[in-house]
Amino acid sequence: MAEVALRGVGKVYADGTRAVTDLNLGIADGEFLVLVGPSGCGKTTALRMLAGLEEISEGEIAIGERVVNRVPARDRDVAMVFQSYALYPHLSVRDNIGFGLSLRKVPKAEIRRQVDHAAQILGLTEYLDKKPRNLSGGQRQRVAMGRAIVREPQAFLMDEPLSNLDAKLRVQMRAEIARIQRDLGVTTVYVTHDQTEAMTLGDRVAVMKKGVLQQVAPPQELYDRPANLFVAGFIGSPAMNLLQGSLAGDASSARLTVGGQTLELPASVFETRPALRDFLGRDVVVGIRPEDMEDAALVPAAGDAPGGTLTSTAELVEAMGSDVLVHFTVQAAQVVTEDTRELARDAGTDVLGKLEGPHTGLVARFSPRTTIRAGDPVTVHVDTGRLHFFDIESGSAIWGGDAGSSREDEE
Amino acid sequence: MSTTETGTAAAGAPGGGPSGGPGDGAGAPRRGIAARIVGRVGGGVAQFLLIVVAVVWLVPTFGLLVASLRSTSDNGASGWWKVFSKPGQLTFSAYSDLLGKGDFVDSFWNTVLITVPATLLVVVIASLAAYAFAWMEFPGRDWLFLVVVGLLVVPVQVALLPVAKLYGSVRIGSFHLFGSITGVVLFHVAFGLPFAIFLLRNFFAAIPRDLLEAARMDGGSEWTIFRRVIFPLGGPAIASLAIFQFLWVWNDLLVALVFADTGSQPMTKWLQSQMRQFTGNIDILAPGAFLSLIVPLAVFFAFQRYFVQGVLAGSVK
Repeated sequence: MAEVALRGVGKVYADGTRAVTDLNLGIADGEFLVLVGPSGCGKTTALRMLAGLEEISEGEIAIGERVVNRVPARDRDVAMVFQSYALYPHLSVRDNIGFGLSLRKVPKAEIRRQVDHAAQILGLTEYLDKKPRNLSGGQRQRVAMGRAIVREPQAFLMDEPLSNLDAKLRVQMRAEIARIQRDLGVTTVYVTHDQTEAMTLGDRVAVMKKGVLQQVAPPQELYDRPANLFVAGFIGSPAMNLLQGSLAGDASSARLTVGGQTLELPASVFETRPALRDFLGRDVVVGIRPEDMEDAALVPAAGDAPGGTLTSTAELVEAMGSDVLVHFTVQAAQVVTEDTRELARDAGTDVLGKLEGPHTGLVARFSPRTTIRAGDPVTVHVDTGRLHFFDIESGSAIWGGDAGSSREDEE
Repeated sequence: MSTTETGTAAAGAPGGGPSGGPGDGAGAPRRGIAARIVGRVGGGVAQFLLIVVAVVWLVPTFGLLVASLRSTSDNGASGWWKVFSKPGQLTFSAYSDLLGKGDFVDSFWNTVLITVPATLLVVVIASLAAYAFAWMEFPGRDWLFLVVVGLLVVPVQVALLPVAKLYGSVRIGSFHLFGSITGVVLFHVAFGLPFAIFLLRNFFAAIPRDLLEAARMDGGSEWTIFRRVIFPLGGPAIASLAIFQFLWVWNDLLVALVFADTGSQPMTKWLQSQMRQFTGNIDILAPGAFLSLIVPLAVFFAFQRYFVQGVLAGSVK
């Protein structure tokens, strides 16, 4: 077990393609770090450089005290779980798990003992003599885990280990991985494109976009204080609603105008976000989490929480049981920046800003007690204390002083 | 021919037909029955044709076997099929005579001494080269592989004279490469390699990259990966290559005629030298030929069990 450090790591392929740029990450001993991002963001490349399967073009990587740039994969003492599991088809489960140990000339009896132990942890004891082809997906996944566990490596590297499983099994194995990692306390770097996995598994989550690290933070902080538009839009499901608005007034009685409708901002907004004062009288990007909106009819009229309302027409109502997702539109301009384009590409909707006139679709998460139906006019109560503000030019979140510039946040 | 083809294609249907029939809708059953009849008849025709072809193919070999088990005078007096009416003619005398001939036994061992090393060397060298071509990065790799592929089209005949000249110049003490078993083996290895490398490289390249990387992460060196992952997984390809190469060398006459002398001649050359212009010499040729073909058959059946389908199933995904 060891600390892992990436210092200014970059990857340029032979054809000139740049996959990773100036990646700085420190992973503490025993920490579970998740690398997350849309496909092609360089997260897998980063992991493969850490594993030694890909050459490091720039910077250096250290595992423990040792800089491993020139150390071949087999001597780095890290174990990897592959997306495809990569089990040896000609070997039994027992030999698959013990393969790494047998290559290290560990005595047979010792291998046997360790494999039995790992199999017990993973519930594979009765499958030890089977071949991988006779196992189910979840069992194969566990064999792949077992192969990593017995090595007792400095670090586990996992490359989307759950993406080939069906949804139910994925949830189960996710819990399993979390449990095993906690029990063994091995430093783990986990790559995924699934933000639910990232949020539930990671002690900290690193969000990447186009080879550049956007933010590293514990999951809740990532959710509550995203450093920029990309992180804001990527983390959370349904995603944060992003729309253009303008700030007016002064810090004691500020008004936010979105699509011709005005929301009063409480003074507390400026207390927690000193930098926002500089944006009074200017356009900003406003982010609203779906759960920070509620059917105004269900909010006590007294309005103990700071808030304002938006009115629109409910276009689509999705009852999820525990809550109701309401889709509606406001006449505010869409946010079209490089970040939101990247998010749209990831979501598979490449058409942004092609609509007539300013027009942005929003999703709100209402309590199931709402009686809204599709087509009804809807008054949406917005918790203005929990709004997110972003610089329309740079896309960075507007907080105060230093916190706002956490785009290349190290540790 | 086309009727047979549709017949065999439909032959697969009857198996699933009865259960699937009711679901096919109103118009379907009639067509289903017709398809079944066509399928059965077509399947029967195809089977019949295959059996006919197999029998026609095997008749000469069978005739050879029977002829080798009759005496010279019986063979001279009547055709081999007469044995069915007179089973008493069968005798092993031709075999015992043949095995008593020292030069035949020598030539048999020469064949073994040529074929086994020529096969093993090709398998070992080609699988190592194929691994390098498939999975190791080095400058000029693809060009070099193209050259190897290009060598596939070089006919043996083109090389006979230059190689003979080359061999003639190699003398170490009393050892002359020309006319030696070593010379014949080297020639076979040289001409077996391009195809062998080509075949194995393509097979190895199809092995999922993740498996190699997993082995690398597990602490394997290139050599370990080759020996413990690639070689076992390449089993089917290597087995078929071994059979190809074994048969090709075992049955070779041309190379032996050019490069072997009487001390190093294989069975094929010895048998050929027993041919007479005016008599059949069948008491030597028939058992000799049969003995020379029984070994490749045994090899084929020994390796055949390695042609297991889907050895890669379950490794990835």
